[in-house]
Amino acid sequence: MRFVGSFLFPESASNLAPNVDHIYLALLALSTAITILVLVVALFFCIRYRRGSKADRTPPKGTPMRIEITWTLIPLLIFLGLFFWAAEEFFAMSRPPADATEIYVVGKQWMWKIQHPDGRREINELHIPVGRPVKLVMTSEDVIHDFFVPDFRTKQDVVPGRYTTEWFTPTKPGKYHIFCSQYCGTDHSRMVGWVYVMEPAEHARWLQRQPAPDSLVAQGERAFHSRGCSGCHVQSSAIHAPLLDGIFGKPVPLKDGSLVIADEQYLRDSILLPNKQIAAGYEPLMPTFQGQISEEELNAIIAYLKSLGDQPRQEGER
Amino acid sequence: MPDVLAVPIEHQFDDATQQREAATMGMWLFIATEILLFGGMFLGYTAYRHAYPSAFAEASRHTLIAFGGTNTAVLLISSTVMAFAVRAASQNRRKLLGLLLFVTASLGVLFLVIKGLEYAHEINEHLLPGRAFHIDAADPQHAELFFYIYWLMTGVHALHVTIGVVLITFFAFRAWFRDAFRNHDTPIELLGLYWHFVDIVWVFLFPLIYMIDRHS
Amino acid sequence: MTTATLQAAPQPRPLTKPTYLADGKTIRSWLLTTDHKRIAILYMISITLFFFIGGAAATMMRLELLTPQGDLVTSETYNKLFTIHGVVMVWFFLIPSIPTVLGNFLVPLMIGARDVAFPKLNLASWYLFMAGGAFAVFSIITGGVDTGWTFYTPYSSTYANGHVIAMATGIFIAGFGSIATGLNFIVTIHKMRAPGLTWFRLPMFIWTIYTTSLILVLATPVLAITLTLMALERAFGVGIFNPAMGGDPLLFQHLFWFYSHPAVYIMILPGMGVVSELIPCFARKQMFGYRFVAYATVAIGVFGFLVWGHHMFVSSQSIYAGMIFSILSFAVSVPSAIKVFNWTATLYKGSIRFQTPMLYALGFVGLFTIGGLTGLFLACLAVDVHVHDTYFVIAHFHYIMVGGMVMGYLGGLHFWWPKITGRLYPERLAKLSAVTIFLGFNLTFFPQFILGYLGMPRRYPVYAPEFQVLNVFSTAGASILAVGYVLPLAYLLWSLRWGRVAGPNPWQATGLEWTTSSPPPTDNFEKTPIVTEGPYAYDAQAAEAELEAGHA
Repeated sequence: MRFVGSFLFPESASNLAPNVDHIYLALLALSTAITILVLVVALFFCIRYRRGSKADRTPPKGTPMRIEITWTLIPLLIFLGLFFWAAEEFFAMSRPPADATEIYVVGKQWMWKIQHPDGRREINELHIPVGRPVKLVMTSEDVIHDFFVPDFRTKQDVVPGRYTTEWFTPTKPGKYHIFCSQYCGTDHSRMVGWVYVMEPAEHARWLQRQPAPDSLVAQGERAFHSRGCSGCHVQSSAIHAPLLDGIFGKPVPLKDGSLVIADEQYLRDSILLPNKQIAAGYEPLMPTFQGQISEEELNAIIAYLKSLGDQPRQEGER
Repeated sequence: MPDVLAVPIEHQFDDATQQREAATMGMWLFIATEILLFGGMFLGYTAYRHAYPSAFAEASRHTLIAFGGTNTAVLLISSTVMAFAVRAASQNRRKLLGLLLFVTASLGVLFLVIKGLEYAHEINEHLLPGRAFHIDAADPQHAELFFYIYWLMTGVHALHVTIGVVLITFFAFRAWFRDAFRNHDTPIELLGLYWHFVDIVWVFLFPLIYMIDRHS
Repeated sequence: MTTATLQAAPQPRPLTKPTYLADGKTIRSWLLTTDHKRIAILYMISITLFFFIGGAAATMMRLELLTPQGDLVTSETYNKLFTIHGVVMVWFFLIPSIPTVLGNFLVPLMIGARDVAFPKLNLASWYLFMAGGAFAVFSIITGGVDTGWTFYTPYSSTYANGHVIAMATGIFIAGFGSIATGLNFIVTIHKMRAPGLTWFRLPMFIWTIYTTSLILVLATPVLAITLTLMALERAFGVGIFNPAMGGDPLLFQHLFWFYSHPAVYIMILPGMGVVSELIPCFARKQMFGYRFVAYATVAIGVFGFLVWGHHMFVSSQSIYAGMIFSILSFAVSVPSAIKVFNWTATLYKGSIRFQTPMLYALGFVGLFTIGGLTGLFLACLAVDVHVHDTYFVIAHFHYIMVGGMVMGYLGGLHFWWPKITGRLYPERLAKLSAVTIFLGFNLTFFPQFILGYLGMPRRYPVYAPEFQVLNVFSTAGASILAVGYVLPLAYLLWSLRWGRVAGPNPWQATGLEWTTSSPPPTDNFEKTPIVTEGPYAYDAQAAEAELEAGHA
């Protein structure tokens, strides 16, 4: 049985996998039942009413209305049930827990670049401890990619110009495929990698073997100064620019009267496309950094901005 | 060619009514496809105007509303003349029909000339998207997007006007010299439908392009 | 072609007019024909050609996938192969297949008309189709395109290699051919029906062609403008879809799927129409729940326009949009289920013969059931997240497109072959190839469901070694399938000259097309038929009685 299982199912290695597998099995059972029903009935009719067989062929009386309504409503109700079940699970898949470790992922033709909060970087490999929720904040440098880990049963497109997220809690130590599953050009099929899920102790040993760079926040702080952001975005500046302490996650009033939540997308757009949304009470003076700043540096700056001020979510990042 | 008194019926049709109904329905379906063709562009416009309202408003102020306004008037008048042409056709007044069609076509040409002048001005001002594009705006990138959509939509519309002008001129000659539509005004009616459609598209384009946030 | 023998055939009454095949024999008389039947033949030849181009690409892909290393062709070539396969099969085979071949041939015949409403436009459609095809073939010969048939931006508009613009132009032009065909059919069905042929006396094939035509007319213009925007972005570097230039790549996906999801129904509905003709005829039964099947057809057409977002569950569209698209996708599967149940119920108390068209029809029902049910997995949000863009999706839509549409097309082709050519195909060989195709198909595509759930992504020439076993099964199946497809080509051509003469109605089928001679004269009918009863007036008891009388 285990052998058959490993032939039909990928490893179940995240908190999401059992739930997805349950819905899948339910669908499989339903589909098999319907297929067998249709095939058996069709086969029975084909044999019983084959040409020349001795069977009663008096045309059935009455309208088939009742039958039609029955076989319209029953599938509809079953499908609705399935919809709600799967939608609920999908909703959970889209809502990362607050204490998840935030790891930045940048896709480019044809590799995955990964930035951990402690500043470590990896290419095409992701080392994480078992049992800790992980939230990937992903963007692309060029075309659309997709970060797919079959053993975790999750994937998400990685879209240039915006951040997408994906989360999971690995439940089983091991080595799992990363596939790019959105076609992205010549070496699409070589844009693959591995997730290494490790026991916490083993993960700690792995961490020690790596050179310890500055944390992502520290890297971001450095960039914040070297890129000249701190020239304007401080209290003492002669230029009237918004202060950024504690801005992340807060509503920002805009010049045109609307409100936006200062999420990753807003911070990104403000750096790359500063005139897209202008904060109320400020002049559009900020220069654009489009084309001058790499996605990784941008991620570091955003991580730094998120760390500023009264943030509830700190412990996972330092 | 002698005067054609009876409607020529193509072999696949039983009678003139069937032929007329089929042709009319075909034209309406064609217009439905055209609406969806423009619909894709209108959707793109809506999505980006919603995403970048201030850039679109600013870019819109760089368009020449006087030209656009005049052109709206020109097309509306030409549509009215076309309506009279359809009436003349149903009354079998061939010379009047020819004349009215000719006026309609001339107004179409006038529209294209004005549009051409406007385009020339915009090229001089570097408002044609591409490497030479330049605009004094807070968000030049999305202002360029506006102009891209502007050129595309007005360009496709102008193509439709051009096709219309060619067809109307052709029909005008046929009416004037050959009396081709005696007792057979369906083609003129359908041509009229097409021309009104082209007109209506412009009526939607005009406020969307020239009048975003223009309060003067 | 074979007039001499045809005239020797037993005819209901002597032919006063030549058959449409004999009415002019020059190449010119074919290339300038406005006869819907001849245009159908032109299409048949063209799409067969495209089918084998697309099939050759598929064969190369399957061979490459025998081993996980990517050693037969380079990744670049493989990417071009699947693009050729997708573009050619979707736009130059599947979308035109049943509508333009069987539809063109049968719509006027089935409704008792002399031709379609706009015969010249009909010919123009074929020329547009061929012009589009020429662009596509040019693009293939001069180096191909590596975008995939979906042309996702910004890859296609900025990063891709090859003649993307030529390919897009080809699809654009062929698209206008589709629009013209759809428009023609709608007007024809509305305005040209024979006296007494009310809507609910129409054969189901006409209902499906009608719905298909509506989709062609309303969805294709959106594809045209979407590809235009993409090509302009590529040519002039203005970013409407490229985020690096301020555009939105998701807008492309919305516009593309707004066309391409309904296009899936363009590809399957006519197949359903064919099967709805075949099953009643070979079961000698009235169609069960005729009105429900007709309503279901229209419902599929309408709902089909509202579910495009289920291709985008992981694209970063809003999760609430995802939920709406998911529930609508479940809804659209209900009318499909209704159809399957009604086809099965039609067999009840019939007098069933198992000639080749019936084998295809039964194969269609089985494969379509599997294809439709696996569609539920993809409509199901949480499961789709896992199987999206894997081989599960590939397997699903091949069950619909190949298991459905191609089986439907071949079944219909065999059924109406006597009407089209006046000749019968060799029955035993045909049965053999139908069974070969069915088995080969299942062996090719069933393993791909498992591969998909195991996580093998699509468009991968190089893949993880643990997927090899299933890929070998799949390739083995593909080779059987290839044999299955070459057989009909051979014996159908053979039958043109040596096949038995068919007579006007070899299947004792109802339907106006069977009341005229085989092949029909240019004007279809001696005089316009008058219809007094509904479709499928079959009687199983009478058929049995006849059989016994024959034995006695």
